Formats: sequence, structure tokens, C-alpha cells
Amino acid sequence: MSFKGIMSQEFPSSIRFDLGQYIENFTYWSIDTFGAVFDAVSSVLLMILLYIENFLLFMPWWMVMVIILVVGWKVLNLKSGVFFAASLFLIGSFGYWNLMMSTLSIVIAAVIVSLLLGIPIGILMAYNNTFQTIMQPILDTMQTMPSFVYLIPAMMIFGMGMVPAVFATTIYSIPPVIRLTDLAIRKVSTEMVEAALSFGASNWCVLTKVQLPQALPTIMAGINQTTMMALSMVVIASMIGVKGLGMEVLISINRMDIARGVEAGFGIVILAIIIDRLSQGIADHYKVPE
Amino acid sequence: MSVKIKVENLSKIFGHNIKSVYKKIYEGKTKDEILQETGKTVAVNDVSFQVNEGEIFVIMGLSGSGKSTLIRCLNLLTRPSKGNIYIDDENIVTYNKKELQKFRQKKMAMVFQHFGLFSHRTVIGNVEFGLEARNVHKEERYEISKKALAATGLAGWEKKMPNELSGGMQQRVGLARAIANDPDILLMDEPFGALDPLIRRDMQLELMDIQDELKKTIVFITHDINEAFKLGDRVAVMKDGRIEQIGTPEDILNDPKSNYIKSFIQDIDRSKVLQAKNIMYNPSALVSAKQGLNVAVREMKATRISSIYVVDAGKRLKGIITIEDAIQAIKEKKRIEDIISDKYCSTDEDTYVQDLISDATNAKYPIAVLDDENRLKGIISKSSVLSSLVD
Repeated sequence: MSFKGIMSQEFPSSIRFDLGQYIENFTYWSIDTFGAVFDAVSSVLLMILLYIENFLLFMPWWMVMVIILVVGWKVLNLKSGVFFAASLFLIGSFGYWNLMMSTLSIVIAAVIVSLLLGIPIGILMAYNNTFQTIMQPILDTMQTMPSFVYLIPAMMIFGMGMVPAVFATTIYSIPPVIRLTDLAIRKVSTEMVEAALSFGASNWCVLTKVQLPQALPTIMAGINQTTMMALSMVVIASMIGVKGLGMEVLISINRMDIARGVEAGFGIVILAIIIDRLSQGIADHYKVPE
Repeated sequence: MSVKIKVENLSKIFGHNIKSVYKKIYEGKTKDEILQETGKTVAVNDVSFQVNEGEIFVIMGLSGSGKSTLIRCLNLLTRPSKGNIYIDDENIVTYNKKELQKFRQKKMAMVFQHFGLFSHRTVIGNVEFGLEARNVHKEERYEISKKALAATGLAGWEKKMPNELSGGMQQRVGLARAIANDPDILLMDEPFGALDPLIRRDMQLELMDIQDELKKTIVFITHDINEAFKLGDRVAVMKDGRIEQIGTPEDILNDPKSNYIKSFIQDIDRSKVLQAKNIMYNPSALVSAKQGLNVAVREMKATRISSIYVVDAGKRLKGIITIEDAIQAIKEKKRIEDIISDKYCSTDEDTYVQDLISDATNAKYPIAVLDDENRLKGIISKSSVLSSLVD
């Protein structure tokens, strides 16, 4: 090794560690070995998705509007209810009603799966310090990884379409609800938990009768965040062929179609506002007095 | 009186790898010594004591004395590092999960300093929690909880939320929650520490009333020596994880066993702690109505007093007569009943000295101490009241 060699800026090409290759091999191996499992998961996800999508599309458009108006009114106030319904009407007038419902069904499916998995994981983390220590770096990675990276394993395992979209969206959006559930349960006043235990309550009783009710507002905040992250994933998901507002945005970028881009983007923004306000409103209803 | 709780060589050390500490405890090292030598904190250092059934046992000490840790060991909220705890002759340290749950449901209830109420439940939802944990039926536990709330003076507040109540009321809910379970033993962790002084006094009196009725075994923690001596049948003084002395309030006042305790009792307002029964004495002379005036005068002359109490056969107080009236009555051939006066002050045994001071300074005669049936238990002179206030 010459002096020039040691002091050069180039990383020596002879030193190679092909991590990517190992992971790729591992991925192919797991697809081969666990193929059946992935297929089963895929079917379940597809079932949930179609169920939601059919439900949303089954209802006539004006009925959806009326429902949103009433829900907005009950959760927030009349003005909000009217605003939401009017915004939906606007998107419909762009010709995007069906696509909006498709997008919505992906978001809802992803959120449901996130909650079904995320809340129990959060509870486990709260109860077990070791598990929390293991999960922390995993969650950190999940939250910092660029969202479209998730498309790769999703596509490889599930192909193209709505199911991998839900899969990728779930992975991207699940960390907030896990973290906040863990935090919320840990933050429940020690004296309250001691009081419950001192009366001979079982651990399950303490969890369901004291910790979860106390943690509910924070968990609701987690659900709100998860939902918003799921919505932000839709445009990315459109890259693997999911039809919906996301794909419309993608197409308009490719074709420099400003009109289409504005309308589709608007649709996504409207959905975001409605979902955010509604989930915040529901979270506020659960506020527990100090 | 049977022994309800027996604590034997109880120690609690915080941290991992504490086996090395046991030897040092056995050698009798102090908390500071062990901290220096091993870096581990000994919260409870080889403590042994007994609590009798039906008594209020107060554990008193400053912050860091280990009293909170000790009380939490009694229901195993904190698991002891070493030692045994016998409750009704059963060693609870050996209980498995199910036995521990049952034990907590039936034998013990706890009241916390910051109330420990469930803010998401109504007042009655809080009170019935213990019963709910035991799977008592809905209607039954509602009824029991209602009664418990009434007993602590909160009838009508069932449906309110805890945050609508003042501190004192919240603690009453905590108390109702504990007694709704009908436990044998009440653990109270500085229950009145977070309340303001006026409310604290009310709650102390209320606790004593409830105790008169229910006669539970109570373990009470406080750092306030006045509270300890007021409430405690027996008091244990804790310092640095050790019990320095156990005794009745009078024992500790009269015979403090260390300088630490001596400096503690300097702060005591004796008038709030001592009661009539502590300072009364037997009258040097008494006369019964039957004995007549001549005997009365002779007694008074012999004992050089100017007034004498008159009692009946059962020692029930009839009144007081003065020597002047007696001599006058003999001249006028009257009887003792004709001159008996009711112009005396009386009190009961449990009255605190501070409430006797005004009577003592204004009264002409010594104060008569009477029981429920008007029997004369003793008398208290002005000088005995005032002298009790000093050491």
C-alpha cells in the first residue's frame, strides 16, 4: 500500500460486504418457504378491502353525503358537518367519486389492520421492558425509512394491486399507534394502578378497567396520527398500480396535466381534512378528567 | 387482644444483586453504611413489630425513613427482600398469585395520600371497584357502596365525577372505597397529608368516629407527630429504615429512647395530645349523700380542701358542696341534699387538654371527669392542666 493509496478518498473496492444480496436471498427464501402464509394473509387483506370498498360504493352518493353531514354534526358541529358534505360533493363534481371511495377503502383497511396489530403490541411493550427495548429501534427504523421503500417487499410478496398497497401502508402507519399506546399505558398514574392492585384486581382487570380507559385519549391521538400517515401513503401506493386518487396524481405528474393534478390533489386534501377533524373530534370526546 | 399482624425481620433493598447486602443487614449495619459499602439502598432494615386486632398502629417517620415502603410490603405491593409477614398467623410472603389476590380482596384495603381515585369513573364507580374485582353482583355492590358513602358523609354524591370534589371529599371517597370492601385491616399511607390543616382535623376526628363504630385494625403512616400521637393507640417511630421505638404516646412522651425521638417530641403541642384521662387524678376526698354533713365537713377539714364532690353508691356524681355552705347548713339543721350545688365543670375522659384550658382557668372548683353513666372517674385542677403543658 503506497502512501497515496492510504490517503486517498476512495473507499477500497476490495472491501465488499454484500448485505443487499443477503437480504435479497433471505427474501426469496422466505417467499418460497412461507408462500402459503403470505397467500393466506393476502386473501384476508383482500377480503377486508373488498368488503369495505363494496360497502362504500354500494351506498348512493347522496347517502354518503348525508351520513358524513350527520357524523360531522354529531362529533363536531353543524358547520363542520355541512362543510364536509359540501367538500365531498365538490370532489364528486370533479368526476372522482368512485376513485375517492377506492382510496378511502384502502386507508380504512390499513387503519383497521394497524389498530388490530398495533394496540396489542403497544400493550405488550408497556408491560415488558425487554420487549420495549427490542421494539424501539425497529419502530425508529419504520418511521424513518422512506415510505416508498415499503413498496419493494410488498410487491415481492403480494404482487401488484390493492393488497400490497394496504400492506405497505400498514407498515408505514403503524408506529404512531404502537408508540402512543405504550406511552399512554406507562403514563397511567402509579397510585391508580397500585390502588387497583391493592383491592385484589387481576392484571387483566387492571388493564381493562383502569389502564385502557385512562390511556384512551392518548391512544385516540395515536389512531389519528396513524390515519393521517395512511392517507399520505396513497400517492406512493399508486406507484404499484393501485387505482384511486393517488394514481390520478401520479398520472398528472407524468403527463404534466395540471387540471387533473389539481382536482386529484384537492380530493386527497379534502379526505385528509375530513378524516383528521373527525378523528380528533372523536378523541376529544374521550378526554378523561384529571 | 389477639395479634393481627406480625412482621418478622423484614427488609427491602432496592436494586439487583442484593445478596451481598443480606450479610451486612445481619451484621446490623445502617442504611448509610450499606449505601457507602455496596451502593444499594436499604429502604427497610430488619424491621419487626406486631399489630393487635382493633388498634390504630401508627408508623411515624420523616421522608426516607422507609415507612411508605414498609406499608406497601404489608399487602405485597412491594415485594420484601427478606423476612416474614404473618397476618392471622398466615405468612403472606409465601402466597401465590391467586392466594395474594384473594387476600387483598378480603383482608386488606388501602387508602392513599393522593387519593388514588379512578378519574374516569363516577364516585360510586370508584367505591364499588373492590367489590367489582370480587365479582359481587351489580345491585348488591351498588347498595353496599351507597352505604359506605353515607358512612363517610357523601350521600347524594354517587353520580358525580372525582374531579368535581374537593380534596377532603375525594379522600372520603377513598375511605368509602376501602371500607365498602369490609376488610379486616386498613392500610393508610399519609391519607391526610395532601389536605389543608382544617380539613385534616375534620378527617382525623371522622376517622376516629368510624373506628369507634367499625373497630378495624388500622396501620397508619404519617410524618406529623401530632397526628401520630392523636390517632395512635401505639406508635412506631422509624428512621433510616429502622424502628427506633414502639409504644403508646404516653410511653414515648415520658421515656423517649433516643435523641432523635427526643427532638421529635419537642415539637409536640401537648395540649393536643394529652387528654383528660392522662392528667386526672383521684380526689383526695369524696363523700356520699348518705354520710351526711358532719362527715363531709370532717373530711374537708382533714384533707384541707374547701369543696368536696358528692357521689352516690355507684360513684355517680350528685354535685359539689363547699365548706362554708356545709357549716351554715349544719347550723340551720339542713341536710346535704339541700346544699348540693351543680355549679361545677365537668368533662369526659377523651377531651383534649387544649379544650380544658378555658374551663380550668375560670372554674372555681376542680373539673370533674365523668363517664357515660355520670360516674366520677377523677378530677382535674387548674394547676394540673397548666403543668401538663410543660415537660
